[in-house]
Amino acid sequence: MAYTAHFKVWRGDGSGGALQDFDVEVNEGEVVLDIIHRLQATQTPDLAVRWNCKAGKCGSCSAEINGRPRLMCMTRMSTFTEEQTIAVTPMRTFPVIRDLVTDVSYNYEKARMVPSFAPPADLAPGDYRMAQVDVERSQEFRKCIECFLCQDVCHVIRDHEPNKESYSGPRFLIRLAELDMHPLDTVDRRDVAVEDHGLGFCNITKCCTEVCPEGIKITDNGIIPLKERVVDKRYDPVFSVGSLFRKGQKRSAPPT
Amino acid sequence: MATTGIDTPGRAQVGVKTLRQDAWWIQPALVVLGLTAFVAYGIWRVFWGSHTYYSAPYISIFYSPCIASSCVPGADEFAFIGSWWAWTPALLVAWIPLGFRLTCYYYRKAYFRSYWLSPPACAVAEPRKNYTGERRFPLILNNSHRWFFYLGLLLALILTYDAVLAFRDPQGQWGHMGLGTVLLIINAFCLWAYTLSCHSCRNTIAGRLNHFSKHPVRYRMWTIVSRWNRHHPKWAWISLATIVIADYYVYLLASGHLTDPRFF
Ligand code: SF4
Ligand code: SF4
Ligand code: FES
Ligand code: FES
Repeated sequence: MAYTAHFKVWRGDGSGGALQDFDVEVNEGEVVLDIIHRLQATQTPDLAVRWNCKAGKCGSCSAEINGRPRLMCMTRMSTFTEEQTIAVTPMRTFPVIRDLVTDVSYNYEKARMVPSFAPPADLAPGDYRMAQVDVERSQEFRKCIECFLCQDVCHVIRDHEPNKESYSGPRFLIRLAELDMHPLDTVDRRDVAVEDHGLGFCNITKCCTEVCPEGIKITDNGIIPLKERVVDKRYDPVFSVGSLFRKGQKRSAPPT
Repeated sequence: MATTGIDTPGRAQVGVKTLRQDAWWIQPALVVLGLTAFVAYGIWRVFWGSHTYYSAPYISIFYSPCIASSCVPGADEFAFIGSWWAWTPALLVAWIPLGFRLTCYYYRKAYFRSYWLSPPACAVAEPRKNYTGERRFPLILNNSHRWFFYLGLLLALILTYDAVLAFRDPQGQWGHMGLGTVLLIINAFCLWAYTLSCHSCRNTIAGRLNHFSKHPVRYRMWTIVSRWNRHHPKWAWISLATIVIADYYVYLLASGHLTDPRFF
């Protein structure tokens, strides 16, 4: 059944902007991105929005809908009542370019800081062999579509701009976890996680997990295990003290 | 206007802390209520409970193991601290569960959100200007969770032992079971569930390994712990409740408000 919904869409750019009111038609089965497209087609052709797949797989259409970081293409209109006003703003952690489009280059800068996958030197690319149980944990993090909603919601950078310098955010902490847990990776990423990516900033309040459209258990399966691995090395009475006696053994290869 | 956080120049200026329309404040409010009530109860029991923590054969969890020689007869099995200890014997052990829970990954989430308001709820701006996380003293001490986990295991063993002793009657004869026995068993079970579903447990069991396939037994245990780990927050609250129930029951018996119904 078609009805007319009330929308407030943020319009503006880095120098300022405001929520603008629209009354717009909604049909059965539509998602928020459909409505934004209808606004473009009927009322405001210059409305800027980034999107691509409309299937929740490209990670382009991230925004905040009624204050919650979400993919516009995966937010069904049927989750709202017909009377409800729906506010759509760009992500509020990154600089805005125009309207709903933000500049997410912070994330690409952090991505480049992650030491890349390093298989044993004597292993040719065609010879990688791993058991499924060994790669399973890393595979969960490969589902990431880089929508950066977790980065957007993370209060460490959302509420504290200066922290962007020393903190990489949940997306890249799980990238580090993914590689650190990888059965064929040979690099110890624990110090890098603490020193270059600011692992200690995260206070495990789990908002990243709450918003991840891929349902990745960012905190429980990624950040906490990474923190625990750091504890193994730095603070554990059994493992870290025990390793003092294992002659000069710095973990150059991952634990087996 | 503040110039950091969501109001940083260059970001979309929306002008409000959050546009969330749901009742996002309910959860932190409930957590504050629940945890504050528990802490108040704990303080009352630790500092004002030194005459009401033992009613043979039951001992209150806040005082177990009772390791000071001032412990009441019957409860003083582990007493090795001399009479120089002048304060309540609860202080000698209560720091273990306290530290265990303060550094617990779940409780950290709970108190950072609800008391610290950092953040009060997802995408709701936090009130404080600066934030340094768990990188400095004192919050860096949260990394001691591993130590507390080991101590927590020990405590769970002792509380299980207490529950076994509750199968003796007040005169010390085996083959007794009262309502208190049941409550101590339930409490011990819930504490095991809480302790074994801990993230540090998950890591030490096998999470720290990169080749599960070389350690099939540890991997199997890891899958079980992982399953329980998903419910860790639930066990955190349930065990908090069973602690209060079991302890209050001992209080009622010890203070003479109640006599223990006996099943056999
Ligand atoms: S759990 Fe950590 S990384 Fe995730 S949103 Fe919270 S502070 Fe950020
Ligand atoms: S982890 Fe989830 S929320 Fe974060 S960028 Fe990847 S898909 Fe998006
Ligand atoms: S348009 Fe691709 S995720 Fe929404
Ligand atoms: S007891 Fe909660 S995570 Fe360890």
